[in-house]
Amino acid sequence: MKTWIAFSSILKKDMSTYYLKPPNISWGIIFPLAWAVMFFIRTGEPMDIRGILPGIMGLSILFGTTSMLAVTITFERRRESFNRLLLAPIDLNLLMLAKTSGAIIFGVANGFVPVLIASFLTSLAGVNWAGVFVGVLLISITSTFMGLFIAVAVREVFEAQTFSNFFRFPMIFLCGLFIPLATLPFWLRPLSYILPLTYGADLLREMLNGEGIFHPGVSLVMLFVFALGLFLFSIRNVKRKWID
Amino acid sequence: MAIIEVNGLTKQYGDLVAVNDIDFSVQEGEIFGFLGPNGAGKTTTIKMLTGLTRVTSGEVRIDGVDCVRAVKNVQSIIGVVPDESNLYDELSGLDNLAFCAGLYGIRRSEGLQRGLKLLKQFGLEEAKNKPFRTYSKGMKRKLTIAAGIIHRPRILFLDEPTTGIDVVSARQIRNLVLDLNRAGATIFLTTHYIEEAERLCSRVAFIVEGKIRHLDTVENLLEQAREDNILEFVLSNNRVFEEEFLQKAFPENRIEVKGSRVRIHTTEPVGLKSFIDRFTEMDCEVFEARLVRPTLEDVLVRITGLDTSGLKEVRGE
Ligand SMILES: Nc1ncnc2c1ncn2[C@@H]1O[C@H](COP(=O)(O)OP(=O)(O)OP(=O)(O)O)[C@@H](O)[C@H]1O
Ligand SMILES: [Mg+2]
Repeated sequence: MKTWIAFSSILKKDMSTYYLKPPNISWGIIFPLAWAVMFFIRTGEPMDIRGILPGIMGLSILFGTTSMLAVTITFERRRESFNRLLLAPIDLNLLMLAKTSGAIIFGVANGFVPVLIASFLTSLAGVNWAGVFVGVLLISITSTFMGLFIAVAVREVFEAQTFSNFFRFPMIFLCGLFIPLATLPFWLRPLSYILPLTYGADLLREMLNGEGIFHPGVSLVMLFVFALGLFLFSIRNVKRKWID
Repeated sequence: MAIIEVNGLTKQYGDLVAVNDIDFSVQEGEIFGFLGPNGAGKTTTIKMLTGLTRVTSGEVRIDGVDCVRAVKNVQSIIGVVPDESNLYDELSGLDNLAFCAGLYGIRRSEGLQRGLKLLKQFGLEEAKNKPFRTYSKGMKRKLTIAAGIIHRPRILFLDEPTTGIDVVSARQIRNLVLDLNRAGATIFLTTHYIEEAERLCSRVAFIVEGKIRHLDTVENLLEQAREDNILEFVLSNNRVFEEEFLQKAFPENRIEVKGSRVRIHTTEPVGLKSFIDRFTEMDCEVFEARLVRPTLEDVLVRITGLDTSGLKEVRGE
């Protein structure tokens, strides 16, 4: 019970001070909207909306979570308010889960903004919604944990920003969000296979349109493995670097 | 009963030994003072005791728990007030307190209630809904202390609670520390104000360059100085003597010069008059002469032979 109160206190505080702030909410809506409009203008055909929806969803989640988490954690570390969390009688794993859950929820919400927009423009019949939700959730988790991975690697807020972008921009092209993996030069493809978003986007594509290239089971397993790996690696680094 | 036991505690940052093989124990219910100049290793010691920094070597036990291995098991009974106010700028005073209570598993309704009470007690009630960022330094310090005690810890670590705070607020904070202690809390206090240690603490450890140079009860320390008589003279015409010069003039006494103030330490009770006469002979009028009670500083200088100029005195109270 006490642990749960601590967990929810951290989550609620992060929600109200970071994620539910007007600039972030509008970012979460404007960003996917801008990408959607850009693509619709380029492709023109209303038919294509469902085709590019998975990519836009993946992009929204990636941009809504990774840097947000990396920046807020680095910010609290710089101001030493993070020490308050380390001093609280909460297990470190649980503490980091509490700290990341806000970003994960925010990412899920971001992921559904394009869906909402698309629902006004085209029919979304035949979509496996449960599968879409799982896909969105797992992309959100892996993207957030990438933010955590970045947060433990840097000291300054601007480094967190730069480092986030260093990862996310290449991912737009490497993860098959808009450019099919098959059209990438063969020497770049191994990179695609070690990025979680590749599997997340593919899972969404499968659940929305039945057009995935991997078996959904494979994508699920890969996303789990990435999530667990990133989390455990980050926790190990937290122990090593932050409690020095 | 010792509630904190420390054995051979050492912290190394690369080549720098910040804390060097220190031993001490703190009794339940006491105010233990950790006194030392800048960079002595006070903050590092608190960080090691509370789980914010890894111990290089040595043992820490708090309430019987091995803190090097399992500090999480004891953090619920510990409160820490860091040297820098590190609450959340964007939250109000009250929200900050309720949040900190939440970290210790206290429900928000209860946290708000306790928070309001503390805000009243600290004279911050009017600012309860203002963001922390808008607080003055003294207000920040008080709120940081309130945040450190909202979960009613049995042991409170205070890192230089009155540094950079005005006289009135500093006195409020000291009284608060005494109140908390009377209510049963054990207090571990670091300071570089000797008088603060003297006024608050039952025992004092004097730490310099990572080593404890002396540890005793304040009473014992002052007892040792009882035979030490200090005479203080304020000389006229802003006449400033060289310490060396006066030391030659009074070879059998220890001399301290602070501007036009001269302190003469004697082991035997001597009248002021003979010294006044000596100054007059030196063509120097004495404005003021008095017997001074030896302070902890005098004792520490005598015992350790250390220069305490790195330690400030609390003045103006
Ligand atoms: N994270 C760190 N990395 C390297 N050196 C450090 C670190 N923290 C402290 N030190 C060094 O350890 C020594 C002790 O520092 P500490 O902060 O414990 O001193 P202090 O007694 O609290 O001083 P002050 O009165 O200025 O607060 C100093 O020389 C300091 O430079
Ligand atoms: Mg310090």
